[in-house]
Amino acid sequence: MARRWIAVVTALVLTVGATGTAVGQQATITVYSGRNQALVGPLLQQYGRAGGAVQVRYGDTVQLAATIIEEGANSPADVYFAQDAGGLGYLAYTGRLRRLPESILQRVEPRFRSVDGLWVGITARARVVVYNTSRLSPRDLPASIAEFTDPKWRGRIGWAPINASFVAHVTAMRLVWGNERTKRWLEGIKANGARPFPGNAPIVAAVGAGEVDVGFVNNYYLFQFLRDRGERFPARNYMFPGGDVGNLVNVAGVGVLNTARNPEAALRFVEFLLSPEAQRYFATETFEYPLGGGIAPHPMLPPLASIQTPRVDLNYLAALDATLRLMREAGVL
Amino acid sequence: MRAPVARPVAVGRGRTVPVPAFLTVPSLLVCAAVLLPVVYLVVRAAGADEGVLELLLRGRTARVLLNTLLLAAAVTATSMAVAVPLAWLTARTDLPGARLWSVLAALPLVVPSYIGGFMVVTVFGPVGALQRALEPLTGLARLPDIHGFAGAWLTLTLFAYPYVLLSVRAGFRGMDPSLEEASRSLGEGEWTTFRRVTLPLLQPWIQAGALLVALYVLSDFGAVAIMRFESFTTAIYLQYQTALNRSYAAVLSLVLVALAAVVLVLGEQRGRPRFHRLGAGAKRPARVVALGRWRPVAVLFCAGVAALGVAMPVGVLAYWLAIGVQHGDALTRVLAPTARSVTASALGAGLTLLMALPIAVLSVRHGGALARFTLRVMYVSYALPGLVIALALVFFAARYAPAVYQTLGLLVFAYAVHFLPQAAGPLRSALQQVSPSQEEAARTLGRTAPDVLWTITLPLVRSGIVAAAALVFLTIMKELPATLLLSPTGFDTLATTIWTDANDGRFGRTGPPALVLLAVSSASMWLLLGQEGRRA
Repeated sequence: MARRWIAVVTALVLTVGATGTAVGQQATITVYSGRNQALVGPLLQQYGRAGGAVQVRYGDTVQLAATIIEEGANSPADVYFAQDAGGLGYLAYTGRLRRLPESILQRVEPRFRSVDGLWVGITARARVVVYNTSRLSPRDLPASIAEFTDPKWRGRIGWAPINASFVAHVTAMRLVWGNERTKRWLEGIKANGARPFPGNAPIVAAVGAGEVDVGFVNNYYLFQFLRDRGERFPARNYMFPGGDVGNLVNVAGVGVLNTARNPEAALRFVEFLLSPEAQRYFATETFEYPLGGGIAPHPMLPPLASIQTPRVDLNYLAALDATLRLMREAGVL
Repeated sequence: MRAPVARPVAVGRGRTVPVPAFLTVPSLLVCAAVLLPVVYLVVRAAGADEGVLELLLRGRTARVLLNTLLLAAAVTATSMAVAVPLAWLTARTDLPGARLWSVLAALPLVVPSYIGGFMVVTVFGPVGALQRALEPLTGLARLPDIHGFAGAWLTLTLFAYPYVLLSVRAGFRGMDPSLEEASRSLGEGEWTTFRRVTLPLLQPWIQAGALLVALYVLSDFGAVAIMRFESFTTAIYLQYQTALNRSYAAVLSLVLVALAAVVLVLGEQRGRPRFHRLGAGAKRPARVVALGRWRPVAVLFCAGVAALGVAMPVGVLAYWLAIGVQHGDALTRVLAPTARSVTASALGAGLTLLMALPIAVLSVRHGGALARFTLRVMYVSYALPGLVIALALVFFAARYAPAVYQTLGLLVFAYAVHFLPQAAGPLRSALQQVSPSQEEAARTLGRTAPDVLWTITLPLVRSGIVAAAALVFLTIMKELPATLLLSPTGFDTLATTIWTDANDGRFGRTGPPALVLLAVSSASMWLLLGQEGRRA
């Protein structure tokens, strides 16, 4: 009996070992991707087919950044592909990214890349309000995110205070509104009984189910639900008119590690991500704003120029710290 | 530090047994392994600035600690209330379909808590499936909100009670029924016998299972996050994920370590009670209790638990599957991840058992400071969130053992370090049921100590080994943080596949891998429980 088990396990190990170890050639680069496999996997496979040898470790954006820091000089990662500027700022701050060449930096508007040239935005997503279409129409929604403190929204709001995108949004609010006003807004939303969710996807699910009427989320989650459930899914995104701070652009981007074994191959990969081919993929498949130039965003999205993007990356962690302190004072953390 | 040589140790009732080096040396190695996460936390906590004091001394921190303890106590109590009767029914009675029920009852263990939380909300949420089903009857547009303590309590009980169940079932299997028979022959009824003889004999098993549940609750992040219940892990994750401050996270994790130590002291066995039989001759199988007119009630109870713990998840998954298949998702996508999950879990369970064995034998047969210390440290690591364990091993392996970093071997080692108590608990309980006199008899007949362990002791603790293997295997099947960070690159497992899709709101896509996870786990349970019956 025991021998049979050992045989089964050995066979499995051998099979799995064969599938798991992937390509081992010299120019293979390793990407740590905080971006979801379902979203970027097909694109990276495309890169592989075009001759670029790449292996990818998927995970959570911040957990992967923490992993790179804990790995120290032996990190196997060449490229870090992050879901938001927070993880990139974290690595930049700890001195783990190498400066990108001007040829790459120049392709992206300055507001979507690191001032020190340590990372570059690949795509952008907008913060929006997702609303339940059977309970609300766009006419019922306010002209500014500030108005959600009105008592008529009591018990109808979903938000994700511990989510990195939301914290980035509050940081932007601080820069536009100032600390005092931002704090009052946070207190007002909390007083309105806003329900905390662990992330964006659960908020969109809850809005679709009618558990809450509106939610503060990133724009692209809704499109996954529409793809899954079809057009009948009763939720849509709403953007405020006139550049309200309620809509903000968050960047997803890449950095090359200063410990990269294959910096040249890593840079070629970054160039690929900014190429028209990859940028078109992001516009049509993930519903993000392409930042590489020349490719138009999906027609469902309002133009990028109409959305504010305060620059916060100069000292990202200091800004983050101040935001978290404010959120603690307002009692939302 | 005492030299690891054979030395006499006082045992219970005045006998002395030398501690053989073949136990001491592996035990020291295991001890060093389970210390890694705590050492890492101390290293990282040393980097914290004084701002951390402000964070620790906030009123909110105390409240969250209390929250966490209350949740752990509530989940543990309900888990015992569900699991002990279930274990008795499936192990000792003529319950129809006992083996089927015992597989079904253990299955909720494989549901990852973040998925389980979503399922509970989908069904019992204010506007969930239950509300929609009831609306025509009651007219209620919303049910009372399940989020918060109630939801976390329900979710964690539902998906963690099998820790007690599997442990207690093994207890029933290994228990000598002669004491119960004596009680009955003295004219005591079934109930009195159960209360005064069976339950006290089961105590180490119940305690081992309860401890696993309580510490699991401390470590859980998925269920509490989805139920929006603020527990201590939420605070730790906030520091890692949102504040990007690993020093603060480490300090908070050390507080969790202290909390786990408190739970451990509360749940520890006092003294060294004897649970094995003293009489001569072989143990007989226990009498099968005829349920009689209670049979329908018993079946109803089992069916109720299975409905919540198995049918509910499968139903939600089937729904997710139905919406997922609409855009042409193939089941083939899950073949390779299934093979990887099974391999990693089997190897992980094997190594965990191997590492638990010396500690279990040492602590039950010899006692002593090394055994006590190792046991405590391993339980404490068990209460840490998986992310902390994973980062600790990233730190040590990438810096000091780069050759093994992100290999299957290291991944399996990480599982063992994290889940050691799940194997050590049942093994210890099983060893307590085996009288040392049989081992001593073999020694006097000239057998060596390792030989006795292999040929006498291990066959006698078979039910404990099976329970341990099952617990660890099922837990590893759903493990996420270590798998994401420490596996070989490209090593997608069922759990990581499910996470990838759920994280992105693509619940439709989670259907196939989640159903396969359930199916593979049930099949393994079926096989394992079949092993349990033989020679037990």
